[in-house]
Amino acid sequence: MKTVLIDPITRLEGHGKISIFLDDNGNVANAYLQIPELRGFERFSQGRRAEDMPQITSRICGVCPVAHHMASAKALDDAFNVEPTSTAKKIRELMYCGYVIYDHILHFYFLGGPDFIVGPDAPPDKRNIFGVIEKAGIDIGKEVIKHRAFGQKITAIIGGKATHPVCGLPGGVSKPISKEEQKEIESMAESCVNFAKLSLKLFDDIVLSNKEYVDMILSDPYTLNTYNMGLVDENNKLNFYDGMIRVTDQKGKEFLKFDVKDYYKHIVEHVEEWSYVKFPYLKKIGWKGFKDGEDSGIYRVGPLGRLNACEGMATPLADKEYKRFYETLGGKPVNSTLSFHWARLIELLYASERALELIRDPEITSKDIRNPVGEPDEGFGVVEAARGTLIHHYKLDKNGLIEKANLIVATTNNAGAINMSIRDAAKGVIKNGKIDNGLLNKVEMAFRAYDPCFACATHTMPGGMPMEIKIYNHKGEIIETLRQG
Amino acid sequence: MGDNFEPNIVGFLCNWCSYAGADLAGTSRLKYPASVKTIRVMCSSRVDPVFILKALKDGADGVLIAGCHPGDCHYQNGNYKANRRVKLLKKLLDELGLEPERIRFEYISASEGKEYAELVNEFTEGIRKLGPNPLK
Amino acid sequence: MAKKKKLQFALYWAASCGGCEIAVLDINEKILDVIQHADILFWPVAMDTKYSDVEAMKDESIDVCFFNGAIRNSENEYMAKLLRKKSKILIAFGSCAADGCIPGLANVSNREEAFKTIYLDNPSTDNPDRILPKTSMEVEEGELDLPEFYDTVKTLDQVVDVDYYIPGCPPPTKLISDAIDAIVEDKLPPKGSVLAPLKSVCDECPRERSEKKIKELKRVYEVDYIDPNTCLLEQGIICMGPATRGGCSAICLEANMPCTGCGGPTPNSLDQGAKMISALASVLGIENEENMSEEDIDKLIDQIKDPIGTFYKYTLPRSIINRRIMK
Ligand code: SF4
Ligand code: SF4
Ligand code: SF4
Ligand code: FES
Repeated sequence: MKTVLIDPITRLEGHGKISIFLDDNGNVANAYLQIPELRGFERFSQGRRAEDMPQITSRICGVCPVAHHMASAKALDDAFNVEPTSTAKKIRELMYCGYVIYDHILHFYFLGGPDFIVGPDAPPDKRNIFGVIEKAGIDIGKEVIKHRAFGQKITAIIGGKATHPVCGLPGGVSKPISKEEQKEIESMAESCVNFAKLSLKLFDDIVLSNKEYVDMILSDPYTLNTYNMGLVDENNKLNFYDGMIRVTDQKGKEFLKFDVKDYYKHIVEHVEEWSYVKFPYLKKIGWKGFKDGEDSGIYRVGPLGRLNACEGMATPLADKEYKRFYETLGGKPVNSTLSFHWARLIELLYASERALELIRDPEITSKDIRNPVGEPDEGFGVVEAARGTLIHHYKLDKNGLIEKANLIVATTNNAGAINMSIRDAAKGVIKNGKIDNGLLNKVEMAFRAYDPCFACATHTMPGGMPMEIKIYNHKGEIIETLRQG
Repeated sequence: MGDNFEPNIVGFLCNWCSYAGADLAGTSRLKYPASVKTIRVMCSSRVDPVFILKALKDGADGVLIAGCHPGDCHYQNGNYKANRRVKLLKKLLDELGLEPERIRFEYISASEGKEYAELVNEFTEGIRKLGPNPLK
Repeated sequence: MAKKKKLQFALYWAASCGGCEIAVLDINEKILDVIQHADILFWPVAMDTKYSDVEAMKDESIDVCFFNGAIRNSENEYMAKLLRKKSKILIAFGSCAADGCIPGLANVSNREEAFKTIYLDNPSTDNPDRILPKTSMEVEEGELDLPEFYDTVKTLDQVVDVDYYIPGCPPPTKLISDAIDAIVEDKLPPKGSVLAPLKSVCDECPRERSEKKIKELKRVYEVDYIDPNTCLLEQGIICMGPATRGGCSAICLEANMPCTGCGGPTPNSLDQGAKMISALASVLGIENEENMSEEDIDKLIDQIKDPIGTFYKYTLPRSIINRRIMK
């Protein structure tokens, strides 16, 4: 049996490695995405001061520190039995919008989007932000850089630092928003709404009007019929900051809806000895291996998972786009992995509109930003990170120290699905021992759609993603090496 | 830990009081073990926590810090500060998995030769029971 | 005009959160400056260079390598050694590489305990066969392997020789661009220097302070109103400012939160925690001290919870006693 090894794909919340095994006929027997890194946050959080957790856990990921910061602050609200003031909630959600804006722009333009904008068959040294600028024009390029920075700026104004903010406290936030800051954020948010519209237009012109791309999006190797998960508000509209966790099935029907407090009744994690990452699944269905369909408990999160799991967007422009998304792609749910990209842009528009709503709320500059805490016990917090549902669960002792911490990280939720997407993409391009050069990029596109992490999706500046396929014979000798680039 | 374990202790003694006390213990020919290697400092507050951690890291089985009695410090409140430092360090050591009893702060005046000898006896015995420094 | 030979840069991340890489992007237009003066030979996050390409490079063919992330497993260590050999100047970039950082708090534990917490005693994990990840294992179709996860997180200079340090989690933009200027203009200070000001965070902090004397310690959430203009330590909130190197403009204090110490130890200090313990002991209950009993002092000291996480949040791996001793 041959092994095809793709190593390194640099990073996936850590570094990542893909191994593809071929059977005796040279077809794909199986594929493994291994996460070779573990850092042990759940263990070393034990004994730490609870109030340090928003800053400690943000170091899990420097690309989405705000998501951890907020999930943690919310778990602390719950653990200290305090409800943040209404202003504090709005400030937090506003900061959260800033983060979604920055992160979705980063992914669409710098990482995953170049595949589409420049084209999946373009030479790798063009499939990057510079290639995007070349194709879309320098003016767009400038806008991209400007608005990514806006997202970061909003977080920095509210949180102190854009990467690893410090403002989250049980019961609220540490600092109010001044009138000057309000003005500044308002003008940035306005600009972001326009930029999001522009991005969707670009997607229309370049991707949706190209039949080849649409066919690719809808093709089999890029389709998985899993369950979908996301946070929704009381009207079942998508929400990043708060709400109930909703799961829909393969037909788009509600399958589960639960409060984060009950997460462990519905989500279970499976362990494999070949990866440091765990594989979550729905308890009600069970772990059936790396399979999709209604009999397998594997689900998907992230932009596509969220759109499928909700019933629309709470802001007008984004909601219109939401409807068009399903009309164009053949109704709900959309199971095509590559449509994550479009979903991401719809969310960018929502986050921008929502940021504008929040900053225009007269209450946003109120100084009533914290409520006094109660006695410490157990707490649960959930948010929608850019990459999907993120859960923090702490048990505190009477001194407010962490006794136990459990974290289900966004990308982890997708671990099972990503593994399958890679396998299926490989199956689509490796036939009877023939490994075509498009393999690297097709496999790459399959997992990059999930935006598993900045790092993993590594499709930025000059050059493509470092990937190497090594083909071994059964004696472990390299008989061929394929390279990206 | 073998029976023949001889504790190796570093003693930081204040020049104005405790060092003289230790001297007196020596000249009075009081019986106490030679386990403490003394270092004279101008005030107990001169003992930086770094010295204590370093001594432990480099293999000392115990660290003794002695200063003037309350009210007698030549620098007003150096001894109070030293006392607090050691208390804080004990707390830290405990979390780091090192027995806090390996460090000790005491007030010893120039006239307390006997008290010093007793202190060294007792401290050495305590360390003997704890066994060698696991960092060695 | 005679053109100066372009510098050759490399950027690498070991056990890193990616925030240091974002910090490089956040220098925004300065990136263009960099590209004018330097070629980037190796940057896994952005470029298509393989480990094998680095292996094939001549020794010292990289002028400057910016290395972020700590050393956590066998792969990190291998890359640190490889890049040391290939680089003239190796810079520990960010708190993880320089000091071990928050992920370095893992040194309160070891691999066995971490595995137990994560894969076995975990409320959402179902693992009846008690399966743990292994460094090499048979799957149905063949063999797979994983790098070895170490017990102890190490700083970069604990595995290779380091020339310069840029502190911070992540490093402040200004420190990054100053460092780049110094490299380009060939004005680097002596080897071993930290490329940051010789000041503490307190020196950069705009808050008013009188003589610091603390009667009581409080946790941030216990203070109903945190005065944004007065020194936090004086308000009884532990602030690592006195023991932390500046360079960040006391940015956390701007957000009305204490410094937690990401800039690493102050210049000339060996151990950030020891320095803070010393500073705190000099102000804690030092008013009316002659009337305090030992019990009173013990009570005060007892208000400090989690000394490791408080005083060594970013520097446990590089501190004098760099991990918990486990029997
Ligand atoms: S120093 Fe901070 S920002 Fe940099 S990799 Fe480490 S945790 Fe992330
Ligand atoms: S202790 Fe903190 S608040 Fe006080 S001056 Fe120093 S940095 Fe500022
Ligand atoms: S104030 Fe302290 S924790 Fe905050 S950025 Fe500066 S050094 Fe880091
Ligand atoms: S002078 Fe003796 S303790 Fe200060």
